[in-house]
Amino acid sequence: MLTRDRVGGVALLLFAVVVMWEDRAFPLGSVTKPGPGYMPMLLAGILAAMALLVIWTGGRSPALGSLGWSEWRHAVAILAGCVFAALALERIGYRLTVILLVAFLLWVVERKRPVVTMAVALGLSLGTFYVFSTLLKVPLPLGPGEF
Amino acid sequence: MFETLQNLGHGFAIAASPGVLVYAFAGCVIGTLVGMLPGVGPLAGISLLLPASYGLSATTALVMLAGIYYGAMYGGSTTSILMRIPGEAASVMTCIDGYAMTRKGRAGPALAIAAVGSYIAGTASIVGLMLLAPPLAAFALSFGPSEYVALLLLGLTVLAYMSGGSVPKSLAMAALGLLLGMIGIDPMSGYFRFSYGLVELGDGIGIVPVAVGLFGVSEILLTAGQAETPQVIKPKLRDLLPSREEWRDAAGPVGRGTILGFLIGIVPGSAHIIASFVSYAVERRVSKHPERFGHGAVEGVAGPESANNSATSGALVPMLALGVPSGPIPAVMMAAMMVHGVSPGPMLIQQQPELFWGVIASMYVGNLVLLILNLPLVGLFVNLLRIPYPLLYPAILVFSVVGVYAVNGSVVDVWIMAVMGALGYLLRKLDFETAPIVLGLVLAPMLEMSLRQALALSSGSYAIFVTRPISASMLCVALALLLLSLRPLVARGADWRRRLGLLEGPVVGEEEKR
Repeated sequence: MLTRDRVGGVALLLFAVVVMWEDRAFPLGSVTKPGPGYMPMLLAGILAAMALLVIWTGGRSPALGSLGWSEWRHAVAILAGCVFAALALERIGYRLTVILLVAFLLWVVERKRPVVTMAVALGLSLGTFYVFSTLLKVPLPLGPGEF
Repeated sequence: MFETLQNLGHGFAIAASPGVLVYAFAGCVIGTLVGMLPGVGPLAGISLLLPASYGLSATTALVMLAGIYYGAMYGGSTTSILMRIPGEAASVMTCIDGYAMTRKGRAGPALAIAAVGSYIAGTASIVGLMLLAPPLAAFALSFGPSEYVALLLLGLTVLAYMSGGSVPKSLAMAALGLLLGMIGIDPMSGYFRFSYGLVELGDGIGIVPVAVGLFGVSEILLTAGQAETPQVIKPKLRDLLPSREEWRDAAGPVGRGTILGFLIGIVPGSAHIIASFVSYAVERRVSKHPERFGHGAVEGVAGPESANNSATSGALVPMLALGVPSGPIPAVMMAAMMVHGVSPGPMLIQQQPELFWGVIASMYVGNLVLLILNLPLVGLFVNLLRIPYPLLYPAILVFSVVGVYAVNGSVVDVWIMAVMGALGYLLRKLDFETAPIVLGLVLAPMLEMSLRQALALSSGSYAIFVTRPISASMLCVALALLLLSLRPLVARGADWRRRLGLLEGPVVGEEEKR
């Protein structure tokens, strides 16, 4: 049966195999004189062993089908927001990125009124910029027109 | 003893200086808010506030971060008692009887007992920290690389053994964290490992983006689509006083919770969470009326709340004395110390006495501040809980982005946060614990370096780990724990953790009855 533990175990096993494959690029050294590839190989081996144990004992865990995914739309939208922040931060600046990010989450995802959306987006953007950049002297990226 | 008091006096002089006092107060207030707000635990809170501490001195920064840590333990009880929502994981057990007391109209006394219990436990455990850390640090000065390897292995094994889920799953998560810690330049050979052309990964993956992603962002991903703003009960100040009987019932659990919490805190793991679970189980077991538990038993609030507060001081013992974090929160605090140029380790207390004793003294003050803050101002704080989650989570996300970016001024960290958020979301959906990943990430460079140094010292002989008494003893304990933890895989029902309620599912014996 496809259970949560078995799915997780298989994913971890695959990851361990990928690490072992990638680790070929580094000298392993020997057991008595480990090289830079030794520890990652050892740890990937331990991860693979634990993943196999999880798969072996995973029959008792809840079925994968019992997982609720009711929040998946929100989760995807929020993750997309994170990706946007990573892409935009140094291109259009901190303040503009935050305004667009918050506006997307509140207006598109949460369907809040435009007035509320703009008030929260502007407040968060300018407020956090003031606290971190002006007061705490944390350098935050500026956008077009030094905004 | 006289020297300890003299040092403490010096610490109070530092803690009472206006600059430090203001930040201790700020840490306590932020901690209370962090503890109350679902979706922001102390780990995410400390990680997010880390950049805000860069402009401060090392002592002030650590005082503020420690304030957030133990402040969150106070704040977490408020939402648990009033709304049955654990503001942070350590307050899960308080929900059961705390909310039952609220439904009986005893919300005020429940809050008062949680706050006073937390204060007593917090203060008493600082005495333990103060007395235990210096001798432990002096003892650790005799540690060589082999002892550190044994200590780190023991720590990871205990973490897996004490954690709530299955041991193979916890060990797999620790191995995953250790593997993430392999990314970056190998200090002994200069090889650039698993960087895929990203020079920003030269120093390895930062702990802050990983912690914020795994704990902060993943929580938002799990909660945002589900949460409705629940009804908030606002207690009045005059209703806060518990009855004489309630005080009497709470006294024993507070005492037991304090000792239990401190001892569990020293042991690696998510100390404050485990401490509250174990304390609840112990109180139920020693109670003459265990049937009252779940229906508003004062002991079910007093014990876990004292234990989780006491555990925060206990968790600082290995961090301040050995330079080895016992969990993800001390790990982030250690990262903060390193940012300020302070090297954690056994020499810290000797080389930076003002930092160690300043933090200790500020914790005494902070606990008093929290007691004053939490009781009269509880009505004010609960107003925050009326903010609908759809308005709250974008703000948390913005703080996550700015907090993570500010550490190195690099968008690579924001990418790492996003990836870790997605990973944390999937792992938590599949019932995998994410705390061992953070601990593994922090311990990985230390473990690899110590292992290779030990082997270099012994000309490649592994006998160094078993011929030195301290490392041999620690490895024996680690091996015994590993064997004990694998036993339930063979003989189901032989796990003490199930009996104490750390694992989900029926206790031993009940399963057979069904």
